[in-house]
Amino acid sequence: MELQSWIWLLVGLSFTLYIAIAIWSRAGDTKEFYIAGRGVPPIANGMATAADWMSAASFISMAGIISFIGYDGSVYLMGWTGGYVLLALLLAPYLRKFGKFTVPDFIGERYYSSTARLVAIFCALIVSFTYVAGQMRGVGVVFSRYLEVDINTGVFIGMAIVLFYAVLGGMKGITYTQVAQYCVLIFAFLIPAIFISFLSTGWVIPQIGFGSTDQNGMYLLDKLNSLHNELGFNNYTSGSKSILDMLLITLALMVGTAGLPHVIVRFFTVKKVSDARKSAGWALLFIAILYTTAPAIAVFARINLIETTNNKTYSNMPTWFKKWEETGLIEFTDKNNDQIIQYSADANKNELIIDRDIMVLANPEIAQLPNWVIALLAAGALAAALSTAAGLLLVISSSISHDLIKGIIYPKVNEKQELVAARISSFVAVMLAGYFGINPPGFVAATVALAFGLAAASFFPAIVMGIFSLKMNKEGAICGMIAGMSLMLVYMLKFKFGWFGGGNSSQWWFGISPEGFGSIAMLFNFLISIIVSKFTKKVPIEVQRLVLEIRKP
Amino acid sequence: MEKKNSNKNDYWKSNIKYVTILLSVWFTVSYGFGIILVEQLNQFQIGGFPLGFWFSQQGSIYVFVILIFLYIYLMNKLDKKFK
Repeated sequence: MELQSWIWLLVGLSFTLYIAIAIWSRAGDTKEFYIAGRGVPPIANGMATAADWMSAASFISMAGIISFIGYDGSVYLMGWTGGYVLLALLLAPYLRKFGKFTVPDFIGERYYSSTARLVAIFCALIVSFTYVAGQMRGVGVVFSRYLEVDINTGVFIGMAIVLFYAVLGGMKGITYTQVAQYCVLIFAFLIPAIFISFLSTGWVIPQIGFGSTDQNGMYLLDKLNSLHNELGFNNYTSGSKSILDMLLITLALMVGTAGLPHVIVRFFTVKKVSDARKSAGWALLFIAILYTTAPAIAVFARINLIETTNNKTYSNMPTWFKKWEETGLIEFTDKNNDQIIQYSADANKNELIIDRDIMVLANPEIAQLPNWVIALLAAGALAAALSTAAGLLLVISSSISHDLIKGIIYPKVNEKQELVAARISSFVAVMLAGYFGINPPGFVAATVALAFGLAAASFFPAIVMGIFSLKMNKEGAICGMIAGMSLMLVYMLKFKFGWFGGGNSSQWWFGISPEGFGSIAMLFNFLISIIVSKFTKKVPIEVQRLVLEIRKP
Repeated sequence: MEKKNSNKNDYWKSNIKYVTILLSVWFTVSYGFGIILVEQLNQFQIGGFPLGFWFSQQGSIYVFVILIFLYIYLMNKLDKKFK
């Protein structure tokens, strides 16, 4: 069967499945709309969390990034998994025990203040919007690459699907489609990895394969290091970032993960407190399957790429090379006019520019796998982008209908009206996300780091101290959140967008990159909160009781 | 009433103890082995992996998963004891 027919078939089938699930699991009341009626089993919740969490970037770009920066890429691997340990041990069980619908709910009640709730709503909206724009764009890009439609048409198709199941099904619909999406995406990620591992090393498990030997008995990593040395790159297995920056980036990503509202809210959907812990365990296990495979793909793809292209005649390149050249993801400029491709770390000599996304997208073709595997990869990438977009849209709509309208503006709203408001706000949110997908603000890439930094600098300290300290009062928490967030914004705007006089990497404070600065902003939040709380009124006795209550078994 | 109160306290104290121990392991495998000590550990090999590199791209993630399941096990036991 033709590749195009395979792609239409698999993408069509998977979309039909998502819509069928949405119709079967549509939400009847607000409890079902916000938290799936609290009836999600832990394993299903683990899969949904994993799909929610792993975005188009995890699926398409991460292995490629690691492939180009080697050891330095470890910050993403550790940072985006280690946060789940914090979630399971410090946040999820207590937030579930608290038993409300959203993160601003917790902040508002624990800090007995609508101002605190408002600050939390503001943070949740900023974090979720910066994230969702990238996802809708991802849907468009995948459609345009594989199905040869316009990027905008792709965004519209994605919007229509998400609209259907998010507006109709709410959290319940989203949860069960995410379970299906996890299965699609993990299958699509693993199949090519297993094939390639077997072809390069004889091992079917990629995690073992990339630490073993090729046909000539040479360890793959040693071979890659020597290839890198020949071409003038750093050793693949050692880094170029400073230890301090590595530490801070990893910490910011971990703490940011634990503070992301669309991840936290998933733990509200289970029946019991112990199920919240179990969900976190399953979620990390399901995520780890992809995250431990990605560095293996990175190594196989890097070696294949260098060996296939470097010092080889251009006219002899395989068909995938020509195909991806047309999309602009590979560029060859014959600087010395010898018809031979020279790949080098030296920008003046280098003739080959490779987009990092190609490492995953072209993988099946490089390994000459059958057409259905390539089609599966397209369905998997779409599943990754759609599942994350839907989770974010739910946070946006519940922030508006539940936290803002019911919590602050018009508390007398009844159940039916609130459900209508929830559906309208998710409709508006999809439209806005689609708009950003079609007219992407130039800062999308930079804002993902911003989203993590903001989540780390605002939510994480406020929630952790809300649970583990009886003394943290509203003044402390509000000042801390505002201080942490402002510091993060200023640093980001200064060094990423050139505001406040701008600056380059040599002017970073103490050599800390904007990606790692979330850790500093988080510490600043803790510090300000503690100082302010020492000089302001004590926490009311009934709130202290509430905190003691959520600590009970 | 008093007995109940001290029970609650014991539950919380054991919980804090578990969290502290598990988080120190969490810190050691990722920040310790994966970043701070990576050069020293890279002098050892397991299979084709330099050890520090393995911890940063594989080992730490496996340990994270184990840590959460260990916490689930410990807390379920603790919950039973205080029911």
